[in-house]
Amino acid sequence: MNAETKAAEAIRFVLNGKTVEFAVRPDTTALDLVRLHAGLTGTKEGCAEGDCGACTVLLRRGDGPRQAANACIMTAAQLDGTELTTVEGLKHDGALTPLQDAMAQNGSSQCGFCTPGIVMALTGLIEENPEPEETAIHDALAGNLCRCTGYRPIVEATKVAAKAKPASIARSVLPPLRSEIAVGGCVLHQPGDLAGLLELRGRYPDAVLLAGGTDLGVARADYHSGWDRIVSTAHVRELRAITATRDEWTFGAAVTWEEVLATVADDYPSLATLIRRFGSTQIRSMGTIGGNIGTASPIGDGPPPLIALGATITLASRADGERSILLEDFFLDYRKTAMRPDEVIISVTLPRLKDGELFRVYKLSKRYDQDISTVCGAFWLRMEGDTVSECRIAYGGMAAIPKRAKSSENKIIGRPLDSESTRAAVEALSDDFSPLSDWRGSAEYRMKAAGALIQRLAHDAAGETVEVMAL
Amino acid sequence: MNIDVRSVQRATVGRGIAHDSARKHVAGEADYIDDMPELPGTLHAALVTSPVAHGKLIALDPAGALAIESVVAFCGPDDIPGHNDIGPILPGEPLFASEIVDYVGQPLGVVAAETFEAAVKASRAVHVDVEEREPVLDVETAHEAESYVIPSQTVAEGDVEAGLASAEQLIEGRLEIGGQDHFYLETQIAYAIPGEDGDMTVHSSTQHPTEVQHHVAHVLGGLANSVDVFVRRMGGGFGGKESQATIIAAAAALLARKTRRPVKLRLKRSVDMSATGKRHDMVATWKAGVRKNGRIEALDIEYLARAGNTPDLTGPVITRALTHSDNSYFIPAARFVGHACKTNTVSNTAFRGFGGPQGIIAIETIIDQVARELTLDPNVVRAINYYGPETGEVTPYGQPVEHNRLVEVTETILATSEWQRRRAEIDAHNATSPVLRRGLAMMPVKFGISFNLTSLNQAGALVHVYQDGSVHLNHGGTEMGQGLFMKVAQVVAEVFQVDIETVKITATATGKVPNTSATAASTGSDINGMAAYNAATAIKGRMTNVAADHLEVPAEEIVFREGRVHAGNRSISFAELAKHTWAARVQLSEAGYYATPKIHWDVKTLKGRPFFYYTYGAAVAEVAIDTLTGESRCLRADLLQDCGASLNPAVDLGQIEGAFVQGMGWLTCEELWWDEKGRLRTIGPSTYKIPGSRDVPRDFNVAILENAPNGEETVFRSKAVGEPPLMLAVSVWLAIRDAIASCGQPGISPKLKAPATPEHILEAVDDIRARGSATGVA
Ligand SMILES: Cc1cc2nc3c(=O)[nH]c(=O)nc-3n(C[C@H](O)[C@H](O)[C@H](O)COP(=O)(O)OP(=O)(O)OC[C@H]3O[C@@H](n4cnc5c(N)ncnc54)[C@H](O)[C@@H]3O)c2cc1C
Ligand code: FES
Ligand code: FES
Repeated sequence: MNAETKAAEAIRFVLNGKTVEFAVRPDTTALDLVRLHAGLTGTKEGCAEGDCGACTVLLRRGDGPRQAANACIMTAAQLDGTELTTVEGLKHDGALTPLQDAMAQNGSSQCGFCTPGIVMALTGLIEENPEPEETAIHDALAGNLCRCTGYRPIVEATKVAAKAKPASIARSVLPPLRSEIAVGGCVLHQPGDLAGLLELRGRYPDAVLLAGGTDLGVARADYHSGWDRIVSTAHVRELRAITATRDEWTFGAAVTWEEVLATVADDYPSLATLIRRFGSTQIRSMGTIGGNIGTASPIGDGPPPLIALGATITLASRADGERSILLEDFFLDYRKTAMRPDEVIISVTLPRLKDGELFRVYKLSKRYDQDISTVCGAFWLRMEGDTVSECRIAYGGMAAIPKRAKSSENKIIGRPLDSESTRAAVEALSDDFSPLSDWRGSAEYRMKAAGALIQRLAHDAAGETVEVMAL
Repeated sequence: MNIDVRSVQRATVGRGIAHDSARKHVAGEADYIDDMPELPGTLHAALVTSPVAHGKLIALDPAGALAIESVVAFCGPDDIPGHNDIGPILPGEPLFASEIVDYVGQPLGVVAAETFEAAVKASRAVHVDVEEREPVLDVETAHEAESYVIPSQTVAEGDVEAGLASAEQLIEGRLEIGGQDHFYLETQIAYAIPGEDGDMTVHSSTQHPTEVQHHVAHVLGGLANSVDVFVRRMGGGFGGKESQATIIAAAAALLARKTRRPVKLRLKRSVDMSATGKRHDMVATWKAGVRKNGRIEALDIEYLARAGNTPDLTGPVITRALTHSDNSYFIPAARFVGHACKTNTVSNTAFRGFGGPQGIIAIETIIDQVARELTLDPNVVRAINYYGPETGEVTPYGQPVEHNRLVEVTETILATSEWQRRRAEIDAHNATSPVLRRGLAMMPVKFGISFNLTSLNQAGALVHVYQDGSVHLNHGGTEMGQGLFMKVAQVVAEVFQVDIETVKITATATGKVPNTSATAASTGSDINGMAAYNAATAIKGRMTNVAADHLEVPAEEIVFREGRVHAGNRSISFAELAKHTWAARVQLSEAGYYATPKIHWDVKTLKGRPFFYYTYGAAVAEVAIDTLTGESRCLRADLLQDCGASLNPAVDLGQIEGAFVQGMGWLTCEELWWDEKGRLRTIGPSTYKIPGSRDVPRDFNVAILENAPNGEETVFRSKAVGEPPLMLAVSVWLAIRDAIASCGQPGISPKLKAPATPEHILEAVDDIRARGSATGVA
């Protein structure tokens, strides 16, 4: 970045087809920008924590598709150089889209407060998947709550609308990204490469390191302290890369969960099933794999499967260059990690599964979709004949950090996965874990459920149907 | 008045017309209060709330808040010009706590700033100091101390002691029934605009504009005629905006009065969920005296209801729980007792069903337990206890059960859901499936329609016909998504025989139709529809006379049809007739009124005929549970609901489906969780899980009972539908119990808490396995 270049003094993006500029602090939420500054009140606030979908908008970055995202936990910092569509931008020549029309005719709204957000989420779906199956519709609606209708008429209307040919969407030319924007005492840096990122990270270790903002934005939307300096990872070329070799996959830290999902379905189907339950489309289109690790939550869904698969992560700083460590060694204590203040996570590397290896991850939560895990258990086994020769078991929700169940692993290694070894593995859980009680589950339930997942693994490995959702 | 039930084809009533705002909803063009253009100078407000559950308020100092840039004003209990009291039924419920704080989240004051963000920050900067006292956080502790917010209530009939003593078998049990947050998508909001003479205009997201009007006046120290309340639409209500909306409206009005500027108070979700009341959680315990064939001869149920810190609407909620504890069953000797336990938690309030759901889940669990412990088929036990179809058997509160459709709805649902085949399949599946178990259950619902309190059963409407034939409709009911405005408009369009587009739906306004009841108790279209019917019919009568004069025929020969007014072969348009009527100096406007007939209720003895009529419904649900993890899923649900002669089957279908899914949420995934300090920790959608689209039964068959006009003279013989189908979701709960029971020996009844979260299901599975066989286990 050139230090002489004067910082831009506004966020510039395409809003409903027109290039606009807003001189707002980059830490302003996108929802406030849209409703208060742009005066577009079709986008609603139902929760301001990314969970209800009333604020859903469509965001296009680079040459990607328009993706559903939550305006409430997004910040203006993430809008520069993008194309944003709100419900006001859907009508064509004053006419409703086929989806809107089908919803209006099918009783898909009652109070109507959730409706614009649902329209946006489903528009995002239909644009990418013009004839969605019912499962895909549920996947697309996982981030939208409706308290009135019971959803059936919404799902039906989507099927009706999917048959009508949607009008083609004009793609706007995106205004070029600016590397620095400063408004009202808040500075946003948008480096385009790793060198630039490390330089800024070294210079401003206290700046907010912003990826998808799906964790950071929740506090911002609650109007806790503002951010005076933001370093965005979203446009760093190296962090956006996905590479595959014969033996492994490497995901740049700023790769979104939607992008991970699109990649891993063949190689790690169980992981893909989990990712489909990771937040919602809105969350996955913004939230990144690096952010999930960086936030170091004890209940994050990424770490258990990644640890079980034997993932390593690569960190880097301007001063000391790159280093790689096992992901399981990254988490030290509650929200404490091995990352130094001037470092960033560059990438996550996953070994591919080889013949004879079994990998499963199971998530337990009160609601199937868009819920945080009460317990998440991940299992990687290498079989030699009937015997387990190697194994890694990792849990989330059971300790202050995502953690391996080493005592349980030891009860399984060297034995077949049968009722005897699984029973021993279940019993050994209490050597490694003493979970907490909270609103997601009591300590007793967490212990029982963690054990249940080992039993589920054994049934699953034996080819039985083990989940109610599979019925 | 006499409405012909059999008039074959109606023009507008009975048609499935879409919600009046549907096209605006999908386009984002339906304005909620937060979307209304703001007047210049509008301030934004935020509530200051108590951080502790119980204690003496020592200091409430806004200095820190007022020091924040753009913060304009603070109002606390000392800044109330009128009365610091917003009790909906009984006095003594402060708007702002003044000496004693009684729950975490209790409003203590309100701040205003130029922006919402500044107001939120300011609300956190008000210094609150409380000398903490030991809080009472559960109903049992309150009950032991006999600490109630209102006297206990009893519905009783027959000699219960004798019945229990002489029973062939005594069945005892206990059920913890969870509460429920409304989780309307639009949080509570009000926009108060000060006027001259101390007048106040309030746009409020409320189901009860009249109550908001009265309390705003009361708090400001003025009279009702100084306050105008408007409600165009709410983003959901479900009972949560019946009494609770007054807190928000009154706080906004206080600031508007103080600053002389318009003030908008919108609650953040977390504040909404901690400051405002919910469905009452209850603990029910019972003793039932039964015969070996499952006939219940005597039943004693006691409910401990969590009232919270004040009565609010707890009294009538308990009354409705008690008057629905019989559900569909004739119990000769019954005693239903309800205690309103005072706890240091938010004061609970109305929620769709209003106590009915708690009564119905209790009796249905009892029936299920009786069947299991006597190893009988639960449906046989149900049938043997139904109110007889012809006999007019009398409920424990003294109302005969007339126009009884129980046998019809239950037999129909058993047939259409293919009960027998599926019962056999599920039993076979369970016999060979170690981990996943299925369950199946059927249950009926009988629900009484009318406010228990007779005086609330009245409504008004205002209808104007303009000279161009367009119609302006206003009534006391509010639109929260339930389609009331469309239904009432259909009634008016039907009377005038004009196109529905001719009828303009307008915001509920206390200045147009006064002294209204809350839009609640499912009565919205019954009473407002009838008031509008009366208004339109009166105008039509006068117009008929004008038409008769004009067309020179006797009035009996005038027929209104398809937007025209006919006399034999000649006709004029409705608009032309409107103009003639005006020219003839005949009034084209009418205030209609309706009071529900036949009902009476003695609040002391809890006896009478509280309900104008009953609605009937039945459901069959099938679930699967995972006996390792406790996860569950509803695979199929079949519902049948009696809507009388439906005014609008599309709207009614939406009510049935939506209510059912909401009821499923109450009984499965929605759990309120307080910590040991009395802080509710489930105050947002990240922690409080309402059903999502995938939770809807995979196979969902919903039907409205056909050819079933109301036996009572309701508007076009329709029936109310808002609440009753919520209770059909008890079938899901019973199906989960059925799946759990398959893990135990015959003769053992599961012990399952509501909601049936994975944790509670697993607890019940482990428990029933541990209990082994029935013999030797109490
Ligand atoms: C409604 C909702 C649902 C959710 N559901 C789930 C769920 O099901 N499972 C789950 O696990 N999580 C869930 N989350 C949490 C969140 O979406 C994930 O943790 C996500 O992966 C975070 O990524 P992000 O890019 O948005 O992170 P951000 O919010 O941008 O950042 C999070 C943290 O990581 C740091 N960080 C980001 N990138 C880097 C980097 N390259 N190097 C070092 N540090 C970095 C940031 O500085 C910050 O501290 C949910 C969140 C919401 C709001
Ligand atoms: S407002 Fe609920 S997700 Fe944004
Ligand atoms: S229509 Fe009311 S929340 Fe969906």
